Amino acid sequence: MLTKRIIPCLDIKDGRTVKGVNFEDLRDAGDPVELAAFYATEGADELIFLDITATVEKRKTLTELVNKIAHKINIPFTVGGGIQTEEDVRILLQNGADKISINTAAFQNPDIISRFAKNFGSQCVVLAIDTKLEADGNWYVYLKGGREKTNTLTMDWARQAVDLGVGEILLTSMNHDGTKQGFALDITAALSSTLPVPIIASGGGGTEAHFYDVFTEGKADAALAASIFHYKEVAIPNLKKYLNNKGVAIRI
Amino acid sequence: MKTVIIKYNAGNIQSVLYALERIGVSALVTDSIQEIQTADKVIFPGVGEASSAMQYLRERKLDTLIKNLKQPVLGICLGMQLMCTHSTENNTNCLGIFEEQVKQFETSDPTIKVPQIGWNTITALKTPLFKGIAENSFAYFVHGYYVAKGKHTIATTNYIQEYSSALHKDNFYGLQFHPEKSALVGEQIIQNFLSL
Repeated sequence: MLTKRIIPCLDIKDGRTVKGVNFEDLRDAGDPVELAAFYATEGADELIFLDITATVEKRKTLTELVNKIAHKINIPFTVGGGIQTEEDVRILLQNGADKISINTAAFQNPDIISRFAKNFGSQCVVLAIDTKLEADGNWYVYLKGGREKTNTLTMDWARQAVDLGVGEILLTSMNHDGTKQGFALDITAALSSTLPVPIIASGGGGTEAHFYDVFTEGKADAALAASIFHYKEVAIPNLKKYLNNKGVAIRI
Repeated sequence: MKTVIIKYNAGNIQSVLYALERIGVSALVTDSIQEIQTADKVIFPGVGEASSAMQYLRERKLDTLIKNLKQPVLGICLGMQLMCTHSTENNTNCLGIFEEQVKQFETSDPTIKVPQIGWNTITALKTPLFKGIAENSFAYFVHGYYVAKGKHTIATTNYIQEYSSALHKDNFYGLQFHPEKSALVGEQIIQNFLSL
């Protein structure tokens, strides 16, 4: 049986791991290569690295880091941050990334989704969406790390992106991110039950029970978290044992 | 021992090379007919689309080469599918090593995602390729097309239906999953292949 995936996320700045709380107030949480290897040993199903500096001059640092990670870990990993062109994708894949994640650039130029899907395959194109529930009761797409609001509904953008060829969606609720109060179950379930691609839920995971909720009520295919893993508030082996005991299909 | 990875227009070639390096094996990534012919072990990886991959192989005469190899050959994911007779992915005639059809996953259940992405179990394991691998071990899959169970099946997996997650005929082996991304289980399978 296909299992639900647990995905630690490593935010990278200048080759080091950081975690933003509500996308600001960064703290250093270690060396990404060592941390990645640790998570692979612990039973993480996949890893995601988001380069939050992502400036042109930092590109080379990221590429070298991706290469080091690829030589060290034996599970799939995704790299995101500042990817705009086929050449950006090609370099990351050549250095061992399995998938790339795109966000603002794809929204501003949706054509890149179909180009990436055609050239590299949908299976390696992950669309990251930062979303926020507004007072009008709708979930809107935000860009640029959550700093810029759009008037586009999350469901509309997700559907368009799937039609263009994204293979997975990484959905981060800005209302929940950093709160440790649980994932955004309703928008995650809405996307997951409407779209034919896997949904990775992100933002708000604080306890083992929150993961259970997002896999059952939230219908997520995978769940992502960062600081609770980095600071060992939730240990992946315990989390997986808990989910397995609760009847969730999980890789032990 | 000389191990080669066949170079063509597919996606996961570097990942396979790095996986070999992690277990201390150096390999040559090449599309040279002479290098491939003289190798002790040949790995035929692949993530991508069937018809463009076959076109690329034909243009370089790698199609004839691969099916006539006598040393152990391991096809991975698209590589395994290309070793079959035909794929419905853009109606592509493939190498015809395994007399099997490659078909797209079909389901009327909207909650089942296609392609399958993630970890699933492998069972009914046969041949020394799976030596030391426990039944129901987990492997990492990414695929929208599959091969049904048949006479060449040496492992099965369940997604929508039970299908072949590995094939074997003579010196040819195929894996639908990615051993290079399947943690310790995958590394053991690669070791087993190199020990054949």
